[in-house]
Amino acid sequence: MNPIALILGLPLIGFLINGVVGNKLPKLVTGAIGTLSVLIAFFIAILQWNFISQAETNSLQLDLFTFLQIDQLSLKVAFQLDRLSIWMTLIITGIGTLIHLYSISYMKEDEGFYKFFAYLNFFIFNMLLLVLGSNFLMMFFGWEGVGLCSYLLIGFWYKNEDYGKAARKAFIMNRIGDLGLLLGMFLIISQFGSLEYNVVFEKIASGTVSTSMLTAISLLLFIGATGKSAQIPLFTWLPDAMAGPTPVSALIHAATMVTAGIYLTVRCQVLFALSPLTNEIILWTGLGTAILAALIGLKQNDIKKVLAYSTVSQLGFMFVALGAGAYSTALFHVTTHAFFKALLFLGAGSVIHGMHHEQDITNMGGLKSKMPITHLTFLIGTLAISGFPFLSGFFSKDEILTSVFVHNKIAYFLLAGSALLTTIYMFRLYFLTFHGTYRNHHHAIEKVHESPLNMTLPLMILAILSLIGGALNLPAYLSHSGGFLSKWLNPLFAIPQATHEISHNTEYTLIGVAILIFTTGFLIARNIFVTKATIPSDNSVGIGKVLQNKFYVDELYQKIFVRPLEITSSILHDLFDGLILRAFTFGVYPLLKLVGRLNKKVQNGNIEMYLLYMVIAIVLLLGVNLIFA
Amino acid sequence: MLNVFHNLEISHYIYLSTVLFSIGLFGVLFRRNAIVLLMCIELMLNSVNLLLAAFTEYMGDANANGQMFVFFIMVVAAAEAAVGLAIIVMVYRNTRKTDVSFLDQLKD
Repeated sequence: MNPIALILGLPLIGFLINGVVGNKLPKLVTGAIGTLSVLIAFFIAILQWNFISQAETNSLQLDLFTFLQIDQLSLKVAFQLDRLSIWMTLIITGIGTLIHLYSISYMKEDEGFYKFFAYLNFFIFNMLLLVLGSNFLMMFFGWEGVGLCSYLLIGFWYKNEDYGKAARKAFIMNRIGDLGLLLGMFLIISQFGSLEYNVVFEKIASGTVSTSMLTAISLLLFIGATGKSAQIPLFTWLPDAMAGPTPVSALIHAATMVTAGIYLTVRCQVLFALSPLTNEIILWTGLGTAILAALIGLKQNDIKKVLAYSTVSQLGFMFVALGAGAYSTALFHVTTHAFFKALLFLGAGSVIHGMHHEQDITNMGGLKSKMPITHLTFLIGTLAISGFPFLSGFFSKDEILTSVFVHNKIAYFLLAGSALLTTIYMFRLYFLTFHGTYRNHHHAIEKVHESPLNMTLPLMILAILSLIGGALNLPAYLSHSGGFLSKWLNPLFAIPQATHEISHNTEYTLIGVAILIFTTGFLIARNIFVTKATIPSDNSVGIGKVLQNKFYVDELYQKIFVRPLEITSSILHDLFDGLILRAFTFGVYPLLKLVGRLNKKVQNGNIEMYLLYMVIAIVLLLGVNLIFA
Repeated sequence: MLNVFHNLEISHYIYLSTVLFSIGLFGVLFRRNAIVLLMCIELMLNSVNLLLAAFTEYMGDANANGQMFVFFIMVVAAAEAAVGLAIIVMVYRNTRKTDVSFLDQLKD
């Protein structure tokens, strides 16, 4: 049995079992099937590590069948497990297992329990399809599949109409991005006559295609990435996606699915590396997103919304790294972000669970003593994302900042500002939730409880990973041989990545600045929310109001896109549908009735009349025949 | 005697046959008595028989294929008359009429 088939097949089987007979199984069994199928896939992936790492070009292949054969173009259902795919697979199945385990408790009171696990397993399957496919078509299948699962899971509590709308919003905004991706794939077909990665990338590397064409393709692919990875202008769906259950936010909308855009860019490194214009656009788009989302995050009062904007902002960081040509750095940040953001979301879920579905941080406070494990792990997550020295986030963010520093100084300062904002909004969230006094009047503090072990265990594992995750790609000043991940990925890149040769002095200065940023952010947040014990209100004024209302981006889209569309639709409805189509559809019935009434007289049951008609018809036919023959 | 027939032109046979056929046709169309209807049908069939026999002679067909058809038609006509009369008898027993205009009960 090919390991790839097992890795892909297990979550699919889990999905089928849970989806078909899940409602008849006990909840524990459903949860166990969901969790174990992903866990076993994780172990199978680990077992392949040795083989993949033995030689630089080692990879496993699985060619199933030809999906479509049109003239010269053959679209294959084929998979590959190479250095990049196995990295993503381990993140997906590893984090996926923890989140499945967590969900068993988090969702145990829900009537849609089996459905939830079926969707989660299906999501894992699609995500694996995305990263394991050895051509753009398979990637696209997975891409659409995760979009579908995201839609299903955001709207999981579909009885709430707002949640359903959030799900639709996510789906539609993703569609806009997918159009770009699809057009990019069409261009690839027209230029290279194939969708297989190795064929396309070889042709690109050989330099037979013009730079402008490469730029066009890469821009279209990047539009696809902005949709899935929530970048400007398509980022507004991600904060709304928090309508889904919290484990979904952790798995899909923080750790895995939203990083698909980064995966796509890293996979197509040769394409992007040869399109400098696209890189600049990616850099500035990512930078804009990082700052915008961080600013909005400063003023949100919903615990999950803060984390959602934080995710958007961190995804912006990753795109900045991609734009600066530091592909392995971006993937490093994907990895560490998967650790600490999944941790933060699961921690938030634990808080929400303990507070009986309270999400407003203005109603929290003082949870430190009531939820010790959640508090400690959440603190670790906060420290990691804020860049506390030598935690995972510190290394990955510092690496991004360094590569941007080499690339463009202005971008560096802006991004450093965004990093400062990150520290502030994260500590604001942390202090408001866990410090100060308890502020909820609906639930007594005695009712707040720590979550059970299978919820806190994933928190602890993720906290450890957030602590030591930086070891995956240590900077040169800490290890003699340089980062592990960048060396691991180097054989994949047909065009060597931009290496930033900077002096040790500059490097230490940058580290100093990073530590300074962290300290400043921490002190600002501490001053406002601990020393002054400010409680944010819903009625900010001035710039605060703009931030609280998310820069009115949704309202802007509403005015620019939705309203004109609605007006056009209503005009078409009144004119075309109301007058023309209505006349047609409602004209058919009277017409048929009239024809029927006329014909009724002919069919009177009188045999002589029938014969007469027959004779008249024959005479007419013969007459016609005589005249015209 | 035979010569008399041979001296007639083919057009005469056609005219006679057309007249007979038309009489039969109009009878079928405008008479209501079922027995008369059957007789009219018989008349139309026989007008066709006459034409077939005449054309066989006219074409000088040694195998007399046309005349073979005449026998077929006679057989069919006999069978048809038998079935038709049987139906009429049954209708008469049930309705005491031989008027076909009465047989429009299947209409609704």
